[in-house]
Amino acid sequence: MEIIFEGIKQAFLLLVYGDHEIWQITWLSLVVSGIATLLSLCIGIPLGSFLGLSRFTGRNLLVSLINTGMGSPPVVIGLIVSISLWRNGPLGFLHILYTPIAMIIAQIIISLPIITSFTLTAIQQLDPKLRLQILALGASRVQMIWLLMNEARLPLLAAIMAGFGAVISEVGASIMVGGNISGHTRVLTTAIVGENSKGNFSLAIALSLILMVLVYMVNFILTMIQQRTKLR
Amino acid sequence: MIGYVIFMKKVSGFIGILWVFAIGFTLGAAQAKQKEIILATTTSTQDCGLLDLLIPIFEKKTGYFVKTIAVGSGQAMAMGQRGEADVLLVHSPESEERFMAEGSGINRRLVMHNDFIIVGTPEDPAGIKGMKSSSEAFRKIAALGIYISRGDNSGTDVKERSIWKAAGINPQGQRWYQQTGLGMGQTLNVAAEKRAYTLTDRGTYLTLQKHLGLSILVEGDAALANTYRIIEVNPDKWQKVNAQGAKAFSDFMVSKKIQKIIKDFGKDRYGSPLFFPDAFKDEKLKMKN
Amino acid sequence: MKEDIILEAKELSVVLGGHQVLQIPFLAVSSGEVLAVIGPNGAGKTTLLLSLALLLKLDKGKILYQGKEITDGERLRLRRKFAVVFQEPLLLSGSVWENVTLGMRLRGVEKETIRARADRWLESFDIAHLAKRQAKRLSGGEAKRVSLAQAFALQPEILFLDEPFVGLDTPTHQAIIDDFSRVLQREKVTTVMVMHDHDEVLALASRVAVMLNGSIRQVSSAQTVFSSPVDEEVASFIRAGNILFGTVISQNNGLAQVKVNEQLIEAVTDLACGTPVIIYLSYDAVTISVAARQPSSARNYFSGKIKRIMTNGQLAKIEIDCGFPLIAMVTRISVQELEMAQGKSVNASFKSTAIHLIKR
Repeated sequence: MEIIFEGIKQAFLLLVYGDHEIWQITWLSLVVSGIATLLSLCIGIPLGSFLGLSRFTGRNLLVSLINTGMGSPPVVIGLIVSISLWRNGPLGFLHILYTPIAMIIAQIIISLPIITSFTLTAIQQLDPKLRLQILALGASRVQMIWLLMNEARLPLLAAIMAGFGAVISEVGASIMVGGNISGHTRVLTTAIVGENSKGNFSLAIALSLILMVLVYMVNFILTMIQQRTKLR
Repeated sequence: MIGYVIFMKKVSGFIGILWVFAIGFTLGAAQAKQKEIILATTTSTQDCGLLDLLIPIFEKKTGYFVKTIAVGSGQAMAMGQRGEADVLLVHSPESEERFMAEGSGINRRLVMHNDFIIVGTPEDPAGIKGMKSSSEAFRKIAALGIYISRGDNSGTDVKERSIWKAAGINPQGQRWYQQTGLGMGQTLNVAAEKRAYTLTDRGTYLTLQKHLGLSILVEGDAALANTYRIIEVNPDKWQKVNAQGAKAFSDFMVSKKIQKIIKDFGKDRYGSPLFFPDAFKDEKLKMKN
Repeated sequence: MKEDIILEAKELSVVLGGHQVLQIPFLAVSSGEVLAVIGPNGAGKTTLLLSLALLLKLDKGKILYQGKEITDGERLRLRRKFAVVFQEPLLLSGSVWENVTLGMRLRGVEKETIRARADRWLESFDIAHLAKRQAKRLSGGEAKRVSLAQAFALQPEILFLDEPFVGLDTPTHQAIIDDFSRVLQREKVTTVMVMHDHDEVLALASRVAVMLNGSIRQVSSAQTVFSSPVDEEVASFIRAGNILFGTVISQNNGLAQVKVNEQLIEAVTDLACGTPVIIYLSYDAVTISVAARQPSSARNYFSGKIKRIMTNGQLAKIEIDCGFPLIAMVTRISVQELEMAQGKSVNASFKSTAIHLIKR
């Protein structure tokens, strides 16, 4: 127990005294997972909307693949991404293994199926006649998708939370493709693993607390937006 | 609706900022490309904090950017064999010799040593405390104790297997023999929790000592020597290897100044040094590995 | 009249799930008319409406706007000249104001114009006080008014409505229809509406298209369709009857006299004196006799000459001229027994309660 109190105390001190490395690790976590989530949104929302609005052969296959992707273990994705990014691998020419970009790529692959699937469900839950009504009001296809997403924004915000939550708390893929390099690719989760194996348990707990507070704050903001629009 | 549109405008602004970051990262990565070295190393050198001390000195001096990938010696050499690392800092002499023999590495140099120790719960159910022979001690553990193994093909793991071999015991599949597949630090934690025995490098043990409640039971056997060597990955085999950087790092590790730092590392915190610099000793004079 | 045609459908064909749901060789919508599309459930009325409103991809056929075929690239531009009111008011989240202005915003109408039109139409449908309310929290009647205001605010060249007055409770229903017909008369907007209720058709439509099984069987004025359906199927669907135009001239606690041509018909209604009305009287409700007047509960009793006898199987339609045209449906046996023939004088009677009055 005292190790936990020690950890809480240390977390507090680290934050109050503004330990540079801690801030840097926290910031990198936020940036890497934030960019990964946003890029996943940029792909997943249009993709999910498209799948939710159209019917074509092979659609069910694609949807079930995406739903399977929701459950694929991050370490497997980490392994595949790192093998692809090896210097002598198929994408080695990019020279991005052990960089934040590689971590972003892995995290996009992790969060994309989640966001796509949530979007698909959100759009499908809408009354199909709503599309006709929106088109009848004179909407172009883009305007229609925009309005439908606006209608489905509660589940879509849930998609953002689920996607972001999955990547910021993920460690396996991040350590494999990022390498946990101090000052470069060390994020909260990989730092926690590292500090734990170094025996710095109180620092590991401090980092865990920061991670939890961070996840909580992001979800709190999104929940505020979600619930406010609902009550307004 | 209107509120939402405003919100989305704010979000778009935020996305813009993040894109700038992303582009910054990309450019940074592209720039780092020529100046970066991938160092694949054993977890012990990372976990004890030695590399955290040395690498910034190296980076400041040379302008190279070192990406330290801390894995077991076995995996570090596997990375070297595929040309996925530039320079290796490892402690698994037999595997190293094979690595050199197949032409994967060049310029293998001794950097430092410390020793392996057998640690265990202070109650010592197998009664190995003070024994001089590691293989004898292993036989007793096999009979009366629980042994926690890394099982990850790291330098420590390879060393442990050689001792079992010397003891004439095949521990695989035995009930008293458990493999963690984790790094040294975590394996020590598991051993402490299970009141078991394990083989560890002295450095990691000293770093974690205060949390563990494990005692040093066997030490000083010549068979327990733990030597760290630096190997540059053969650039003739893999053209993408940063040969210059690897050479620079290798030279740096055996330089006088760094060897002095290694000699003093850990004295202030643990009372005794964690490593003994070896670069200026004749290979033949040092402990037989 | 050709130049007045605004929208035409030619050789329309829609197949859904291997089922031919629509087959329309030709249908034209003239500028300024109110065309009602009626028919039983599943006849394809909504499909036709959506096709005309360019909301449905056609399997075959074409839609012409002002005589020119509409290409795929023009659909959005033309859709923006139309407005559609659906059966359920499909409002989006946001306030009533946001919903009423949404179509105009999508169409790029200027801000000032949007404000003016929204104000005007919220006022017209008596929902100005709801402007700030959440659209999803309205009652059915309020939501219907919002969706009507939303459509009218677009100032469409053609207004499409799909059974707009279904599912409302009686007082709300009547109030909304009153508002709607008042607006329709004022605006004179070309309207195509799928309808269900005969009273509404008679009150609102200038032309009626009867649809059965995916095709249009008859298109003519409401009066013609109801009084002379082209065939039995149409007749049985529309419950054909006498359609007469008149004006209420006296009112006595619910019993009124309606003047039709020079004759007076007694009917049960609350409508006030001076109200122009349509009288609907089922063919079956008219009794024919040849003897002198017998005491009877029938309040309406007219004498006249048989103009025409139309037999069809065991039934015969007898058209009598009694100051206004009146048709009675009788059996062939009655025709023989009463020795009915063209030119013969007969008496026709019907109860005032059998008369259905619709405000014009």
